[in-house]
Parts: sequence; structure tokens; C-alpha cells
Amino acid sequence: MKKSPPVADWATDYDILDPDYAKDPLPVWRDLRARCPIAHSDRWGGSWMPTRYEDMQAFVKMVPALSSKEPIVVPPVKAFDPELDQHGTDAPPITSDPPEQIPIRRLILPFFTPKAVAEHRPFTEALCARLIDGFIDQGSCDAAVQYAQEIPSRVIGHMLGIDPARNDEFVGWVRNVLEFGLSDPEIRVKYRRVIRGFFADMVAERRANPGDDLISQLLAKKLGGEPVTDGMVIGMCNLLLVAGIDTTWSSIGAALWHFSCHPGDRRRLAGEPELFPSAIEEMLRFYSPVTMARVATEEIQAGNVTFKPGDRVLMNFPAANHDPEIFDRPDEVILDRERNRHIAFGVGIHRCAGSNLARMEMDVALRAWFARIPEFELADPDAVTWAGGQVRGPRNLPVRFKAG
Amino acid sequence: MRIKVDPEICQGHNRCCALAPELFDTDDYGAAYALNDGAVPEELAEKARLAVDNCPEFAISILDESGGDD
Ligand code: HEM
Ligand code: SF4
Repeated sequence: MKKSPPVADWATDYDILDPDYAKDPLPVWRDLRARCPIAHSDRWGGSWMPTRYEDMQAFVKMVPALSSKEPIVVPPVKAFDPELDQHGTDAPPITSDPPEQIPIRRLILPFFTPKAVAEHRPFTEALCARLIDGFIDQGSCDAAVQYAQEIPSRVIGHMLGIDPARNDEFVGWVRNVLEFGLSDPEIRVKYRRVIRGFFADMVAERRANPGDDLISQLLAKKLGGEPVTDGMVIGMCNLLLVAGIDTTWSSIGAALWHFSCHPGDRRRLAGEPELFPSAIEEMLRFYSPVTMARVATEEIQAGNVTFKPGDRVLMNFPAANHDPEIFDRPDEVILDRERNRHIAFGVGIHRCAGSNLARMEMDVALRAWFARIPEFELADPDAVTWAGGQVRGPRNLPVRFKAG
Repeated sequence: MRIKVDPEICQGHNRCCALAPELFDTDDYGAAYALNDGAVPEELAEKARLAVDNCPEFAISILDESGGDD
């Protein structure tokens, strides 16, 4: 990540890629919520940063005045590579507004209902067991790299029918787009091309030899009475890969981070497994990984500030989930929190289409871990690293536990 | 008690079904609907309230607090 000058005042000069902010954003949100509550910064192409739940609920409904055409927290690729933009950087439906967004979203929703997702549970359980087998005898592992990261990439790879041998490769592509690419547009453009090229080949191959995987099934669908185009399916595959990996990896990793340094919560969950559902929602709330963006298409008065056409507005779902107006003791983890209307998966028409899959993966991953490794702690707190910006979560998480 | 999911507002977060599978189910697109025409037996009233209070879209409403009939 490129080095930026230190922030003088977060209200007027925040840095969404600041490493300390990625590590612990809560003090910044508390400060901004009380002072602004919508902050502004010229860094990284300029943006507005709301911090209140109520604002996020209102902004997602301002469609298309706040458009999803540019949902990345830094300026879009077209600012750097008009040619690539023509060939499509699109990832529908996340980059679409209504009316187009609705039928596109309906193409993928049936693959991600609770029932559809339950079919992938046995695969996910076997995967988690295999991953734990791989390190349990050593008494230590990097829980982010060797566990959390491997789960969503292999599950979506399995759904799309991708060769498992290529898993490490496409994890790398996604990180180059969503993590390293945020501060370096050249890297972002390069790996967007790689991902699109990869899916262009796969789509051509599945057109010729359809299987029972998600890509073949999408290719058989219709959109507005016409067969869905290859370009549309390439865009959707791009989205499923990019949206599903860093995000879920971050959630599983953040939960393991939490329990590795909060022994009270760890012991409680290990002893009361009936708390898993509420504990997972609480992890999603407290460590919400995903911040999206919208671009204003008209002038919008938002409290004491005005968004001008072309302004980027961050959909700061993570900060909304710590708003004391909505959540009792918001900056405390409460494993049995009963009323938890969090919006970690967004809210409104772009609600995460993969939320049922992500929840299933978290549930399987954490139960499998706790069943075999109920006692664990950070091996080296200084070696823990966090990514932030679009997707926040631990990227290195060395932990130790009793071997075997 | 009687409850209703507003299909115009529900975005399929599925919190309601997870919290109260006796009261909600989802369709082929993952959108929720209330089972049994929204009738909530006495012993599930608290679960229904939990579903209402956890829905991120504010899509579930309680139509009638007391009786089973409209
Ligand atoms: C814990 C893990 C995850 C989190 C926190 C998360 C978060 C989000 C958020 C906040 C949005 C809303 C975007 C917006 O408002 O602009 C979103 C959209 C989306 N997510 Fe996820 N996501 C996760 C996992 C997944 C997975 C596993 C998949 C699928 C493989 C997925 C697929 C999608 C898709 C397709 C959309 C776009 C929906 C639309 O625009 O209609 N996500 N996600
Ligand atoms: S929790 Fe709300 S939005 Fe989610 S499925 Fe239930 S009714 Fe719909």
C-alpha cells in the first residue's frame, strides 16, 4: 500500500486506507458520528462518509439519485483505462440500477436461497474438516491464510465448477482487485482483465459443453425474453468471485480474531453452542467487513451537507452497525444480543445476494473450528495484519492451540 | 396475534426464517412470507416480535396484537 500523509482531522481529511483505521475504526466513527455526522475527504478521489444507521437506510433508497454504477470506494477503472471500461468492468447486478438491476438480480437469487445453499453444506463441512486436519497436529496455524481464506474461495469455486487446483490463483486475483488494487489502479485494471479473460474462456467452454454447475445454468436462462448474453454471464461470474471471497474470508477471520483475544467470549461460546446463531449475527454486526459506494447523479441535500452530481458517497454499513441510536452498548460484543437489526449485508435492493451462503459458511467454519479447537490464542499479536477500505478483515492471524 | 411480511419491502435477508422457522418460509427467490396466513399461536408471540425487531428492512408488521382472527 502506498504511503499517505498522516490525517490531521478525520472530519475533513479521513483516509479510508489508513492501516490504523483498518485495525480499529471504532474511535473514528464515534468521533465523526458526534461531530459531523457525514464527513468528507479529498483523499482517494474524494468521498463523503456517513456514519449513522438512519442515513444509510435513507441513502440506499435514493435510487438512482445515488447510483450503484460506481460501487467501489475509490474512483472507477474508467478514470484510468477507458478501453477496459468499454469492454465492461461491469459486475451486474451490483453495478446496475433499476429497472435493469431487478431482472438481473432475479437470475442469481434462486441459487442462493436458504434451501439452495443448504445443499452446499456437506461440501463445506468436509472442506473445513480437511483444512483443520492439515494444521491441527502442529498446534499452530495462520487462521486467516490457512483456514478463513480457503473456505469461501473453494465453496464458490465448487459452485461455479472451477478446477480446485486454481484456487490460490484466483484468491490472488481477487486480492489484487479489491485490496492492493484500491490504492494502485494499474494493478486493479490488470487483474480485472485477468478475471474477465478467465471467465470468458469458461463461458465459451460451458456454452459448448454444458454441465450442472452455476455457469451452465445461468447460460440457459433468459433475460427480458432473450437468451442471456455471454457478456452478462461473464460479468455475473466476476461479481460472484469478487463479492464472495474477501468478504466471507474477512468475517470468518474477524470472528476467529475476536475469540482468540477474548477468552471469556471464547469459553462461553465453546460451552454454549446454542449461542452460535446470535453470536454469528453479532460478529457480522461488530466486524462488518463491507463498505460500498454510490455516486450522486443529482444534487442531494443530506442534513448539513450537499452531495453534488459526481460525488462519491460511502455506504458505511460497518459504522451504521455501531450507531448507539439503534444498538444498545454498540461497541461491546454481546454474544446473545437478541435484537440485532444489523445491515452488514447492506440493505435495500442490493441486499447481498450471497448472504445465505455467507452465513452457512460462517456457521460451518466456526462450529467445525470450535468442535476441535475450543482453546486457542494469538501466537504473535504483532504479526496480525488487517486489510481495510472496501473489505475489512484480518489477512494474517497466527494462532496457537494444543496440538492434535 | 397476526403478522404480515410486506413483499414490496422484504429483500430476503432471511433473518425472520432463521429466528422463527415456525412462522416464516422463503420462496424460490429467497423472499419471505408468513406461514398460516400470518396467524401466530400464543406461545410463538415472542418469536414473532423478535423477527419484527431483527428485520433490517422493517418489512414485518404485527397486524393484530391480541386475537387470532381479524
Ligand atoms: C460475510 C460475507 C459477505 C458480506 C458482509 C457481504 C456484503 C455485501 C454487501 C454489503 C452488499 C451490498 C452492496 C451494495 O449495497 O452496493 C453485497 C452485495 C452482493 N453480494 Fe455480498 N457479502 C458477503 C458474501 C457474499 C457471498 C458469499 C456472495 C456470493 C457468492 C456474495 C454475493 C453478492 C452479490 C451478488 C451482491 C450484489 C447484489 C445486488 O446488487 O443485487 N456476497 N454483499
Ligand atoms: S427478515 Fe425481513 S427482509 Fe429478511 S426475509 Fe424476513 S421479512 Fe424479508
